[in-house]
Amino acid sequence: MTSDPLLAQLKFRDPQKARALAAALQREVDAIGRDEITVMHVCGSHEQSIARFGIRALLPRQLSLIMGPGCPVCVTDAPEIDEGVALARQGCRVLTYGDMLKVPGTVQSLGDAQADGGKVDVVYGVEQAVEIAKARPDEEVVFFSSGFETTAVGTAAAILRGLPKNLSVLSAHKYVPPAMEIVAGMPGSKVEAFLAAGHAAIITGCDCFRPMARKYRMPIVVTGFEPLDVLAAVLKTVEMIRRKEHDVANCYPRCVTGPGNLPAQKMLWRVFEPVGGQWRGIAVIPDGNLRLKPEFAAVDARRRFRIDVKGLWDYAPRQLADRCICGEIMAGFKSPKDCPLFGKECLPESPVGACMVSSEGTCKIWHQYGGVPDLKEVG
Amino acid sequence: MCLGVPGKVLAIDGLNATVDFFGVKKELRLDVVDEPVSVGDYVLNHVGFAIRRIPAEEVGETLALFDQILKDVAPDDLMAADVIGEMAAGKEQGK
Ligand code: SF4
Ligand code: SF4
Repeated sequence: MTSDPLLAQLKFRDPQKARALAAALQREVDAIGRDEITVMHVCGSHEQSIARFGIRALLPRQLSLIMGPGCPVCVTDAPEIDEGVALARQGCRVLTYGDMLKVPGTVQSLGDAQADGGKVDVVYGVEQAVEIAKARPDEEVVFFSSGFETTAVGTAAAILRGLPKNLSVLSAHKYVPPAMEIVAGMPGSKVEAFLAAGHAAIITGCDCFRPMARKYRMPIVVTGFEPLDVLAAVLKTVEMIRRKEHDVANCYPRCVTGPGNLPAQKMLWRVFEPVGGQWRGIAVIPDGNLRLKPEFAAVDARRRFRIDVKGLWDYAPRQLADRCICGEIMAGFKSPKDCPLFGKECLPESPVGACMVSSEGTCKIWHQYGGVPDLKEVG
Repeated sequence: MCLGVPGKVLAIDGLNATVDFFGVKKELRLDVVDEPVSVGDYVLNHVGFAIRRIPAEEVGETLALFDQILKDVAPDDLMAADVIGEMAAGKEQGK
């Protein structure tokens, strides 16, 4: 394999630097002297950058860079989708992010509900939901919000400012740090270090990862999603593995600080409380779901409406979904090539599992950027 | 939904800012950003909210990537699609 075309793709960023980083990485890996070193990132944007710029091909053979639960849409569980579907069937207008439409529910996706005549619309953010609710004062409008803490802060800000009377929020927001802990602690987990997602850390800061780094004895490196950011962070991570530094490093200082954005955290925790819940295919994540606090009951769709999900469950769940291995992929045990449905029954047009749905899902990204972007896997 | 896209602040009205994203003008909310933002600053937009003021000396670095991504957008380029979606998250100007 020649890495030159890949370096050419990185050209606009500085191929020399990329080459130097790759060489340094090889030296570090050689110094560790093991055959298998596994680093997990938990950010869909990291995966996009890694796949788009061919970063895996620059990595030493011994080093695996895998994606964990990095996409809030992928980990949204079927019963959560069912709530949105049920609300649409009960006559509400359900607004949500585009990626959410195809996520399979127990019986229907939101897209199916829309095709059935349900009022389901795509929005880019909560502000747009506010506009739509204002324009339709005679309808009950529900913003089915998903996303990690970065996105949840926006929802919180809008709620604190006050929503139109006919608008409520169905929160599928997720909180990443507890999920990282669960994955780190899984028996047999190969994960030796995390790359933490830079944009979430703009809000949470990077200090919050320190207890986890100590407890699980692993480096946690925060970084951005530009190709050289990712490479530099991987180098830092491997260096820390070699030195057995079980600590946090910030490779994204232009955006991330130690304590993070404190006013934003305040807004987040004013409005939301963390509760345990199932993340699709992964596990029950204690404190992994963000739900509205009781004092915001008036704008909480779960409290405003009697959501009839049971009525949906009379139908049999989809057969194929049982064979989907999304969870094992997100937990780092398997890759899409281990899934018998990948690229066959399961395609971006007709996704079986959630990983094929969102533009940040591992299966979708692998499918889009050439099936098996990780050259080590074919060679 | 998950990307942050940088843009230049053109005007500020209370907690609303008009921001230029590579030629597209949008309105963003300033509720979340933790530093004072002024006209001429660059901010990172996430689902219609500025989440970070980008330090002046870092702006060039950050913009180069987006320039590249947006230059030749292949129809199946997921990352470009996300960037464009994120830009669309701002309110249309004048609405
Ligand atoms: S290819 Fe489809 S079915 Fe297989 S793991 Fe990925 S999403 Fe699930
Ligand atoms: S950190 Fe931000 S950009 Fe990365 S996957 Fe999470 S929400 Fe998306």
